[in-house]
Amino acid sequence: MLDSRLRGNDEGGCLMSFMPVVLWSDALVFLLLAAGIAAAWYVRRREHLLLPWQRVAHNSVAMASLLVLSLFLAVGLLDTLHFRMALPQANGGEKVYSSEVLSVFDKLVGPLRTHTEKTYSEPFALTLYAKESMTDAQGNVARDYPRLQYGGAHLSDASQRVEDIWKRALAGGGLGLLVGLLSFYLTHRKLHCASGCDRAVSIATLILTTLIGAIANLAAVYHVLGTDKVGQDVLYLSLKSIRTGLIIGTVTTLVTLPLALFLGVAAGYFRGWVDDVIQYVYTVLSSIPSVLLIAAAVLMMQVTIDTHPQWFDTAASRADLRLVFLCLILGMTSWTGLCRLLRGETLKLREMEYIQAAQSFGVSSLRILTRHIMPNVMHIILIALVMDFSALVLAEAVLSYVGVGVDPSMISFGTMINAARLEMGREPMVWWALAAAFGFMLVLVLAANLFADAVRDAFDPRLNRTESKA
Amino acid sequence: MNLLKVDKLVTRLRNGAAIVDGISFEISAGETFALLGESGCGKSMTALSLMRLLPDGVANAGGAVQLDGAALFDLPEHDMREVRGGKMAMIFQEPGLSLNPVMSVGAQIAEVLALHHDLGDAVANARCVELLDQVGIPDAARRVHEYPFQLSGGMKQRVMIAMALAGSPTLLIADEPTTALDVTIQAQVLRLLRDTQDKLGMAMLLITHDLGVVAENAHRVGVMYAGQIVEQATREQLFAKPLHPYTQKLFAALPDARRSGQPLSAIPGSVPPLGSIPQGCRFAPRCDKAWSLCREQTPDWTMVEGRGVRCHLYQDTGYRIRDTDARSPLPLAGEGLGERGDFLNPVSRIPNPLLQVSDLQVHFPIRKGLLQHVVGQVKAVDGVSLAIPQGRTLALVGESGCGKTTLAKALLRLLPATAGSVQFDGKELIGTGAARSSMQMVFQDPYASLNPKMRVAEILEEGMSALRIGADSAARQAQIDGLLDKVGLARDSKWRYPHEFSGGQRQRIAIARALAVSPQLLICDEPTSALDVSVQAQILNLLKELQQELELSYLFITHNLAVVEYLAHEVCVMYLGRIV
Amino acid sequence: MIAYLIRRILYAVPILIGVNLLTFALFFVVNTPDDMARMQLGIKRVTPEAIEKWKQQRGYDKPLFVNSAVGGTDKLTDTIFWQKSASMFVFDFGYSDDGRSIGREIAKRMGPSLAIALPTFLIGLIVYVSFALLMTLFRATALDMAGVALCVLLMSISGLFYIIGGQFVVSKLWHLVPISGYAGGADSFKFVVLPILIGIAGGVGSSSRWYRTIFLEEIGKDYVRTARAKGLSELRVLFTHVLKNAMIPILTGVVVVIPLLFMGSLLTESFFGIPGLGSYTIDAINAQDFSVVRAMVFLGSVLYIVGLILTDVSYTVVDPRVRLQ
Repeated sequence: MLDSRLRGNDEGGCLMSFMPVVLWSDALVFLLLAAGIAAAWYVRRREHLLLPWQRVAHNSVAMASLLVLSLFLAVGLLDTLHFRMALPQANGGEKVYSSEVLSVFDKLVGPLRTHTEKTYSEPFALTLYAKESMTDAQGNVARDYPRLQYGGAHLSDASQRVEDIWKRALAGGGLGLLVGLLSFYLTHRKLHCASGCDRAVSIATLILTTLIGAIANLAAVYHVLGTDKVGQDVLYLSLKSIRTGLIIGTVTTLVTLPLALFLGVAAGYFRGWVDDVIQYVYTVLSSIPSVLLIAAAVLMMQVTIDTHPQWFDTAASRADLRLVFLCLILGMTSWTGLCRLLRGETLKLREMEYIQAAQSFGVSSLRILTRHIMPNVMHIILIALVMDFSALVLAEAVLSYVGVGVDPSMISFGTMINAARLEMGREPMVWWALAAAFGFMLVLVLAANLFADAVRDAFDPRLNRTESKA
Repeated sequence: MNLLKVDKLVTRLRNGAAIVDGISFEISAGETFALLGESGCGKSMTALSLMRLLPDGVANAGGAVQLDGAALFDLPEHDMREVRGGKMAMIFQEPGLSLNPVMSVGAQIAEVLALHHDLGDAVANARCVELLDQVGIPDAARRVHEYPFQLSGGMKQRVMIAMALAGSPTLLIADEPTTALDVTIQAQVLRLLRDTQDKLGMAMLLITHDLGVVAENAHRVGVMYAGQIVEQATREQLFAKPLHPYTQKLFAALPDARRSGQPLSAIPGSVPPLGSIPQGCRFAPRCDKAWSLCREQTPDWTMVEGRGVRCHLYQDTGYRIRDTDARSPLPLAGEGLGERGDFLNPVSRIPNPLLQVSDLQVHFPIRKGLLQHVVGQVKAVDGVSLAIPQGRTLALVGESGCGKTTLAKALLRLLPATAGSVQFDGKELIGTGAARSSMQMVFQDPYASLNPKMRVAEILEEGMSALRIGADSAARQAQIDGLLDKVGLARDSKWRYPHEFSGGQRQRIAIARALAVSPQLLICDEPTSALDVSVQAQILNLLKELQQELELSYLFITHNLAVVEYLAHEVCVMYLGRIV
Repeated sequence: MIAYLIRRILYAVPILIGVNLLTFALFFVVNTPDDMARMQLGIKRVTPEAIEKWKQQRGYDKPLFVNSAVGGTDKLTDTIFWQKSASMFVFDFGYSDDGRSIGREIAKRMGPSLAIALPTFLIGLIVYVSFALLMTLFRATALDMAGVALCVLLMSISGLFYIIGGQFVVSKLWHLVPISGYAGGADSFKFVVLPILIGIAGGVGSSSRWYRTIFLEEIGKDYVRTARAKGLSELRVLFTHVLKNAMIPILTGVVVVIPLLFMGSLLTESFFGIPGLGSYTIDAINAQDFSVVRAMVFLGSVLYIVGLILTDVSYTVVDPRVRLQ
């Protein structure tokens, strides 16, 4: 099927054989990316803003984590470029597009997506997990573990398996290592990282490229992490989950950031009734236990989505809108904390003498807020942003388990765990999907936590007091 | 027999920079030795080294300390704990922060008694009361059960002293014991320390930056600069004739009434940052007597007439002071306010003042009870009247909390006035936003008064653009260059951020910011109290020059009488919201 | 003190009204009762009569705010808002979709919830604080570094993993305790011990690390230097001085959750089959029983506000500077 599509592409020549699709969450991701690049460009030219980032850059753990994170980010971004393939049959000159929304990432890892087995199979297995009745060439019916359609299909004999795995792992790993070394050789002269982190980051890079090489080589012919109930490759599912996790982790904070920033700073600066109203709003919101508020909101959203099926042209856009709403709802429950922090900091800042100096010039309140207060609370926002990220990734899994998370059709760590959990009782246990989901989540969250720590250390003025005075 | 003997003490940061670099001194029983120096010279670190209480990241890197014959650096930690609080006690600069806020003062003193004297609860309690009584706390039996937040700053420092005395120490280290206190309280606490020392015969290591404190309390003095003792002498010797150029400059930089007509001799530049200690004499870059040798070779410790100095001026050739009478020696004890002709009641006499404040009140409501109704008023400023003529300086003196700063903010209309009138150049200001450009303020803390996220040029331009001064940005930039020249900063500094400047330089920027809108009156709220003596002189000189050049009037808020005498034409004393 | 408490309770009223309005808007304004009925009944059985019947059974057939069909005070009281939301102020939660009294159900389920939540909270607090104190005592050594690294690792693991892993190892491999279920009385021990342990393990990472930060911040303060200058040993400095002061920020985060313990833990209870309020909520969410979810939201916010007041009161205990008025 994949081949025929590719051929269609070739024959079509200049004709568009696919239609780019921008889902809501994609748009938000692009927006975020643009904002991130703009911010980086802005910071680059300002030495005092660059300074804390240089401190982060000197931290080898942070840089190694960043490397892992950017790898996840790359997968997530590739998975964000969505499109719909044109179907081969044209409908009266007009192109008909498949209702299936694919991403560039799906294309890149083609076989992983399309090589689905019948049901469960263990990692690196050659056979299915359950016995089936099979009819052999002689017409005898026997119950045995059937061979997988794709996993290890190139092997004629099961006894070659271990040797083949090692060979492929070594070959792939070696190639990965080579690519890693080569990239070092090419970039080393241009990039000179701080002396301390240089080595740690190099080692981390080499380990990662080796690992990726080995896995890529193996994944082509095996199900490295096994398959799930409907025979989908677990590695593919895990990689697809990354985008969901990343979106929950970043979009959530960012959609509500303007709200928290504006309200928090306004409450702290203006005091009086403005403060009273804003405080009232966030006390009301934060007094409802967040899981319950999320549950209630998600339940209601579900009703709305279910009663308006006409809004969505594909299943993906439906699941996607649910994801965006989930982000909004999560954001609604979490902005209060940041708002309170910002209000407190603004209360402190408004007593600073430079604010009073500005006031004595008659500088307008809006200008004081944007020129004096906001730049001086940015570190709090940044710290909150990176600290919240991992908590949100973890929360997604829990919420999906509770049934108020992402759409069940959307691939995420939560839905993976939820599906795998039901099979806990099986003998022998189906452990790989669970392990894969937890493992990927651990790596992502751990890297995020380590990076967040470094960012906090670098930006928190209380921790850098001595340095700033010297 | 010396009680304490410090020999070539070295203390280093983890990165290798020496904060204390080879300090040696001795103290005998009953004697007060003062370590005098500006902030960052390493005097506090010396004290903490002796206690072996250096903060994380700073470590002892050499030298020896003997207390009563015991080598402190060789003691195991367990034995050292006996010495701390026992033989050697310490009081700190900030009494407000140095006491545990959630323990009663009695419990905190009793802790020492239990530790070093093995006293039981009942005996300890009685002894606590006795100690509090001894340090002059009234109603000690009741105060014993109070918490630090219920005591005033001076009382807290007395509690600290009582706590230090509880272990009956033979050596008391006092680290800036009065810096955080009001002037009147300072004198009381210092007298208490002197009396206690006389009574108990203990030795005292007094760490201070205040020459006045040294003059009244020390027997011998060590002057520290950039981690080294540059001069050591008895108090009389030092005050009669300071030898080291740094010490001489330090004396010369002190403002006082007799020199109000002439500029102070400020020390150019500022204290070198740690770790960047230049080769040669550490003071050479700021010394006007330095010659090539000073920059190449570190001077050795030289004994001159029974006192020591670290300066090439006195080496080999012996006693060779180039200009001995840089200034007449300072009197030993501080003088009171000089009786001067123009120290008259400022309100009545002036016919046509620039600023006329009459009966200004600023009250803050106190809310209480179920519905938070207003039950009373804090009368922060309670009917103040004053007047400042063109080109004159009115000093506003008073203890902290007397309403000085509130008054200043009310004048600038940062706070609403409850009643009264403020007339500027004949126009009523209360209730209007008018005349913002004609009155500006210079704040106390040079670190808090500049937005760290803005360049100097942006800081200076802000007021101009808010008040629409200057035709366009090019005109403003030209004006900014002029301002920087005026306050003695390089023009290219306008592209830098505040954190790149020292305290004194920041204060110059703050002055330039105020001048940017060409005010006629500057309100200076303790502009030099956060600065070192040598830098303070630079700023005072600058203010004086600007006044002569631009015909500025100043409302100068301060608690430093010496500064008042040097700068002020008229003086107001404020007490509890009123002018007295 | 009393005046303060009364004022705080009075302040709580507008907040609860806000919560009530918010949930009301969420449940009845975002979607009409018709939508909910359609959703509940499923696609197949949707007929106008079925919807009407569903609404009538649950009392959703009334107008939202003003009932113009009736007179007098009924105009306001015979509405969805009055009957479903306002009644919650007197803790009248009405009936769940399966016809049981929610109030009675809540009262019955509080016990099992507390049996898990309270020990988890208390033992957990002790464990976390001790671990944090230990790290503080050995600060800036390899031990401390290892502790912090462990904390970061532990807090990076999903809470679901602790539950699933714990159940698998302890119950399934070792057969030490039953996988799930609950019984009253003395039998309850073997049912609650694993959830409690897992609950504690799940919080070690983040809590200990947070407390460590608090301790380290306190230890940098001047009064600690004074205490050391008295000759106190590091242990005594830590326990008598630092711990007392650190209690203030710790209490801020801790006391507020005490009343919420009644609500139980959603995850633990549903995994272990504990018949508490947490699993009640989860079941209600899965069954889309809006009355129960609404009741739990309201109860949760009441308890949260109680927690806030308790926090303020607890300050007066540990901090002599705080006097409530």
